[in-house]
Amino acid sequence: MEKDLYRQRELSRIKEDIQRNVYKFTRNPLSIVGLSLVCMIIFIATFAPYISPHPQSAGKYVNFYETCKPPSLAHPFGTDRFGRDVLTRTLYGYRYSLGMAAMVISIMGPIGIVLGLIAGYYRNSWVDTVIMRATDIFIAVPPLLLALAVCSVLTPSIFNAMLAICVAWWPWYARMLYEITCSLKNEFFVQAAELTGASTFHILFREIIPNCLAPILTKMSLDVGWVILIGSALSFVGLGAQPPTPDLGTLVADASSYLPELWWEAVFPAFAIMLVVLAFNLFGDGIDDMLGEEKGG
Amino acid sequence: MPTPLLDIRDLHVWFRVFKGFLRVLDGINFAVWPGEKVGLVGEMGCGKTTTMKAIMRILPIPPATIRGGEILFGGKDILRMGQGQLQKIRREKISMIFQDPTAALNPVFKIGTQLQDVISCTSESERSLKNEDIKARTIQVLKEVSLPDPERMLENYPIQLSGGMRQRICISTALVSAKELLIADEPGTSLDVTIKDQILRLIGEIVEKRGTSVILISHALGAVRNMTDRVYVMYAGSMVEAAKTKDLFDNPLHPYSQGLIAATPKLTGGGVGEGIPGRIPEYIDPPAGCRFHPRCEHVMPICSDKKPPFFEANEDHQVACFLFQNDR
Amino acid sequence: MRNTVLTVDQLKKYFVTRQGTVKAVDGISFSVEEGEIFGLVGESGSGKSTVAYTVVGMYRPTEGKIIYRGTDIGQESKRRSKEIKKDIQIVFQDPGTSLNPKRTIRQILELPLKVHNLGTNEKKPLERAEELLEMVQLPASYMYKYPTMIGGGERQMVGIARALATDPSFVILDEPTSALDVSVQAKIISMLIQFQKKFELAYLFITHDLSLMRNVASRIAIMYLGKICEVARASEFFENPLHPYTQMLLSSIHVITDKEEALKPKKVVSKGEIPSPVNVPPGCSFHLRCPRKMDICSKEDPVAIEVSKGHRVRCHLYGAKVI
Repeated sequence: MEKDLYRQRELSRIKEDIQRNVYKFTRNPLSIVGLSLVCMIIFIATFAPYISPHPQSAGKYVNFYETCKPPSLAHPFGTDRFGRDVLTRTLYGYRYSLGMAAMVISIMGPIGIVLGLIAGYYRNSWVDTVIMRATDIFIAVPPLLLALAVCSVLTPSIFNAMLAICVAWWPWYARMLYEITCSLKNEFFVQAAELTGASTFHILFREIIPNCLAPILTKMSLDVGWVILIGSALSFVGLGAQPPTPDLGTLVADASSYLPELWWEAVFPAFAIMLVVLAFNLFGDGIDDMLGEEKGG
Repeated sequence: MPTPLLDIRDLHVWFRVFKGFLRVLDGINFAVWPGEKVGLVGEMGCGKTTTMKAIMRILPIPPATIRGGEILFGGKDILRMGQGQLQKIRREKISMIFQDPTAALNPVFKIGTQLQDVISCTSESERSLKNEDIKARTIQVLKEVSLPDPERMLENYPIQLSGGMRQRICISTALVSAKELLIADEPGTSLDVTIKDQILRLIGEIVEKRGTSVILISHALGAVRNMTDRVYVMYAGSMVEAAKTKDLFDNPLHPYSQGLIAATPKLTGGGVGEGIPGRIPEYIDPPAGCRFHPRCEHVMPICSDKKPPFFEANEDHQVACFLFQNDR
Repeated sequence: MRNTVLTVDQLKKYFVTRQGTVKAVDGISFSVEEGEIFGLVGESGSGKSTVAYTVVGMYRPTEGKIIYRGTDIGQESKRRSKEIKKDIQIVFQDPGTSLNPKRTIRQILELPLKVHNLGTNEKKPLERAEELLEMVQLPASYMYKYPTMIGGGERQMVGIARALATDPSFVILDEPTSALDVSVQAKIISMLIQFQKKFELAYLFITHDLSLMRNVASRIAIMYLGKICEVARASEFFENPLHPYTQMLLSSIHVITDKEEALKPKKVVSKGEIPSPVNVPPGCSFHLRCPRKMDICSKEDPVAIEVSKGHRVRCHLYGAKVI
């Protein structure tokens, strides 16, 4: 019976927390714009095969009766030189781009986080030196260059492009967590847990990590835009997705040599890239507003 | 009866938050006469700093809103003044010393630079001073607050100084522009006892010399007792008692004031009691009527119904409590 | 004759920094007996918090011994036995930072219980946590709140509940009420004294507020720049302060009744500031500010002398009057 009472109280507190977070998020109308766009893009990426007008355009398809048609009712974004519907390919493009970003961030994020956490907690020990010097080395090279370098020694494919970005991405999380952990390590609540005899695992993952969530989530959100941009850049130079895979970067790359006559082939996918980056940026700002300040109860 | 220098009348300040409004200030009445030292005593969260920020008009306007009342300074309402007049008052008439001297000084500029900025912005006559004169003035200002070796002090950065010295510098900058009223918000609170004593004495001396009025805000009763002529006691956004300092400490009338004094540890021993039962009310839904009534042992039915105004209990001793309603 | 719970012998803690060696604690000796409240008073730079942190195990002593019930505990807490960690607890000064803002009160209170496997047999950790909350007079509904949702005084009560969760016998209180208002302070202090009597605890109580100390501690030591200047029973300390620093401090306090004014020593104007612990003056560290300085004070560091029973002073003024 008492358990139920506590359950109730806990649930009501959780509900209140959610309400407060929603309030903070919605203070800035742009965040709502970002959220809507993100939702729309995720929807498109998930259901692309069902909502595109000409799903066959996404794969190996050729229709010489419809080549190089400018935007019309049947093909709102026009067709490319193989007769494929640009709208469909753009929608599928979101699928590949978003999928790649999700994979990179969800794998490299945690790896970088854990490394940074451990390095920060064991500051000034050999663990710190090894991890952070490795981080320094990777950070010293700009991400795009690093990804290019890795890609160029592997066979070009979308999977290898993802791998290359992974290699370039983890150090940023490591460094961010290192800094946060170093400063949190000396807080009294961490000391209190240590003095009581809590295990290191508990301190790292139950005391320190919850206090890092805000910058982590914000960064992840903003990173989606970055990963898509870099992935697109890799595809643009031919090291990422190979034809006929409709990755957004490949679309722009293929079409760029036909500008300005067949402008619709390049312009619409380019706008699509811009839209997804903008969406995640606005959304990331909203997350920052929501989780960032903790002043006043 | 001469007019007060500062007269706050029925001030209401609310703050907009997620769940509604925080009704922080609930009809504040507060007056300071020229040359007076007035204390404002109250615990954390009672609204003292909000009141002072309202006077200086540095409240963050959203989320804060001023729901009513006036703040008369020299007869003119500060709340309705234009920017020009307001700037003039901030430059020349009123100044504030903040609680934390470290936060009040810019860490990337030298002391000399910061002082010069203040001096050259202050008044017409000061603004037209030449550089050498400004430097001489900064040294003079530092000497007034008994800082050793003023010449060298000008070249220091705030981080090189101790807390006591930083507080003195804040006092000196405040005094440059405070010709009529100085608001000291918990001065010396973050400092050691011996240094705090020095700082309070310093403020007292300078203020006596110049005839400036002072509002001394503190949650520590001891400092207020020794440095002020009159005291206001504040609780949860209302003034509950106002009296001459000696009268308040010899004969506190409001149950809250009595509770505060009883809870203050004394050098003669005797324990600290159990404190005041209950807790400070939430401003989002404050108690009706007298805001102290849920914690008061003398509570009467009328207390939850109407808000008590100031009653004149003795000469120059006012209490906002219905216990004193029928007194002369 | 009560048992001695804690003995600190010539404890030193130095920190090596770029500006030089900070002698935070420079040769402290004192002892705390069973069931007593021992007070440590001092201003900033005195080293009182460092003493607390070293005793509880946050720092390793540079020199000297800390003996707890016969065991030498002069190591960091990582190396101490679980029984010691259970038996010695600390309440920190700032309730805002001593509780993890992302953990609920229930999680905070259950941690020490789970670490030490308390409350598995008869009572579950949740029930014990409820009991603790009740003990500090907080409503059970607080279990699921975060520290940011409750007031400073209440947070400090949670901190105290957490310290008492493991049934310790020695609690260090580092300025437990300095960040709080007077009325909340009174409530917490009265609670602390109740617990002390009920659970027969020994306290090491640290504060800079002498008026508070008067009402809490039974024996008091005053520190200046890492050394103890004077130790005495509470009444003796306030009625007959011998060390000039003690007198200076007492005369600077702002009191609120005339009776207290009468008790204060004649005004010793405090001049100067506390020197940085990196640049400790030679001889007696207080001599630069001492109104009764003699020649010897700038050359030789005085040794503590027992002036009367239980009353020790470290000052050349009393050097000749050895009993």
